[in-house]
Amino acid sequence: MSKLEIKDFRVSIGDKPIVKGFNLTINSGEVHAIMGPNGTGKSTLAKAIAGHPDYAVTGGDVLLDGKSVLAMEPDERARAGLFLAFQYPSEIPGVSIANFLRAAVQARMAEGEELDATGYYKRLYSKMDLLKIDRKFTSRSVNEGFSGGEKKRCEILQMAMLEPKFALMDETDSGLDIDALRIVADGVNALRGGQLGIMLITHYQRLLDYIVPDFVHVMYDGRLVKSGDKSLALELEAKGYDWVKQELAAASA
Amino acid sequence: MKPPSEIDSAVADNPVAGIDQSRGDFKYDVTYEFDAGTGLNENTVRYISQVKKEEPWLLEFRLKALQTFLEKPLPTHWATKDLENINFDKIRYYLASGQKPKRTWDEVPDDIKQTFERLGIPEQERKFLAGVEAQFDSEAAYSNIKEAVAKQGVIFVNSTEGLREHPEIFRKFFGKVIPTGDNKFSALNSAVFSGGSFIYVPPGVKVSHPLQAYFRINAENFGQFERTLIIADEGAEVVYMEGCTAPKFSTSTLHSAVVELVALKGAKIQYITVQNWANNVFNLVTKRGVAHEDAEIKWIDCNIGSRLTMKYPGVVLKGERARGEVLSIALANDGQHQDTGAKMIHAANHTTSNVIAKSISVGQGRSTYRGVVHIPKHLRGCKNNTECDALLINANSRTDTYPAISVRGDRNATQHEASVSKVSEDMIFYMQSRGLTEAQAMSLAVNGFINDLARQFPMEYSVELKRLIDLEMEGSVG
Repeated sequence: MSKLEIKDFRVSIGDKPIVKGFNLTINSGEVHAIMGPNGTGKSTLAKAIAGHPDYAVTGGDVLLDGKSVLAMEPDERARAGLFLAFQYPSEIPGVSIANFLRAAVQARMAEGEELDATGYYKRLYSKMDLLKIDRKFTSRSVNEGFSGGEKKRCEILQMAMLEPKFALMDETDSGLDIDALRIVADGVNALRGGQLGIMLITHYQRLLDYIVPDFVHVMYDGRLVKSGDKSLALELEAKGYDWVKQELAAASA
Repeated sequence: MKPPSEIDSAVADNPVAGIDQSRGDFKYDVTYEFDAGTGLNENTVRYISQVKKEEPWLLEFRLKALQTFLEKPLPTHWATKDLENINFDKIRYYLASGQKPKRTWDEVPDDIKQTFERLGIPEQERKFLAGVEAQFDSEAAYSNIKEAVAKQGVIFVNSTEGLREHPEIFRKFFGKVIPTGDNKFSALNSAVFSGGSFIYVPPGVKVSHPLQAYFRINAENFGQFERTLIIADEGAEVVYMEGCTAPKFSTSTLHSAVVELVALKGAKIQYITVQNWANNVFNLVTKRGVAHEDAEIKWIDCNIGSRLTMKYPGVVLKGERARGEVLSIALANDGQHQDTGAKMIHAANHTTSNVIAKSISVGQGRSTYRGVVHIPKHLRGCKNNTECDALLINANSRTDTYPAISVRGDRNATQHEASVSKVSEDMIFYMQSRGLTEAQAMSLAVNGFINDLARQFPMEYSVELKRLIDLEMEGSVG
């Protein structure tokens, strides 16, 4: 059982504060949806937790099983069990998905320990079968010339192979048509539960028709302003984010 | 013999000797029987010619070349001014322990044998080579060809032996592809050359395994000037590979070779170089081949080491349907300038040429591509394809491209593509977020960049190249 604790977390880009005291605890097996209007700090939150060098942490802490990750390099955080599924994954020309994943798996092994190639491919293929991914897919260069759906599928496959403790999924539904959305959601549903905790960042309710979260949180102006179960997402869908803003305005008035 | 100045790990696991410069950074003190002294004048040239017991025509040839070298200015009007830092008066032009290479490793003097054993060459020879020549400073210490290959009539000796024992073939082709006055450094080589390979493959003979030459510089303030001549007779095929190492000296070392290839009708020559000199070496090399009717010459040229490399392998497409190819990879790290490229001279109808050059600049490293493609007006059905791609790793890395394509007439086709890309911070972060360290991420990006080219190399070389890039990248991240 693992725990990811985000405590009074504050992040700036340049001089501009973006995340302003964010609090959330995620346990293994839980799916937390973070919703909110554009520009409210959702993506910044995910990237800062993963250690992106452009984001300056100005306060608070992020603890993985009680241990702060903030002094760690991004790769150390990844090896410790964090996984960021990117909204816009980078292309790596000339590097096949199979080789990329192999390098990532190898990086998790002790120095001097050699990866067993047969075992690796067996595991890769079983994950691909689970996610209904064609065998030819992994010989393509990482994200190069991929459609939106293929990019997301590549992210899900990496998540499946690297078996993180916690996945931060940043707008996994952006730019997807309904078929691609279903494929991605099926993938996440196949991996959820058990030891994996998920923070699912999304702007729209529609992803939550396919991935039913255990908790729904609304982020506004850099912090969480409302939490509930899956019914909160439906309420948001019906009333829009203005409803949250009005409630907030009323509360502070 | 003294113990080496620096001990590194055993080389037994190194599949391709000589590619990894860090493994070559050691030095034994060797007593030289022959030493032409420091500096260059007529007496230096006479000394070299005399100890090699050369015929008068060759001394004549050398002395004329010396004159040409002295008259020609450094090409600093187009090339880097760093050339001015070569002090020709401080260099030693000929150092040798003996004149005749040994046929078995047992006969090679211990100190020299130990050097090559450490570099893994005898082992490699047993594993996958048809023949090996190992040059130590000015002369080959060892030269051998597998019996089965020799029985086919293949000649593989060093240039001194080639001149002495096969003058009728040697003289016919020597200096014909690259004339003495081609450039200042080809003239220098012509004046003081020693060592290098002489290969002749008889008509229709296809040499099944590669022949390898290995060039070792051991002495400080030294200039190595090997001369290689490869002739593939009609329908013959041969693959030649060369590797090199030198210890890291604080003073500069000069390596200036001339390599001439002749592919007669329907012959195929593939010439593979993995250059990884220590970064005090000026590597100024002239390489060119002539491809006759239906012949094919392919240069695979990887430049990882040296302080300054200037090298533009070329093919003169002399016969109809001849094909020429240059596949080139250059990696310039801090303090290095890789000035490389290709020359394709079309001189017959329906000839085709292909140039793919990839360069990587790391830190303050600088890479330059220079290309010449020449298709005169009277020809028809000629094709050229040139692609040059540059990858910049850091903001202060530098790359330049100088393509010169002259295609006359409207019955020929050429295409040229160039690209410059950068390893972005986002790309590195993406890979780091999967658990790769920054250095691993950089290596992967660089290996991906050259992947489609490296795949065309012999397996042993592409594996070793990848390992070498990993090493370079490890050192480049703070």
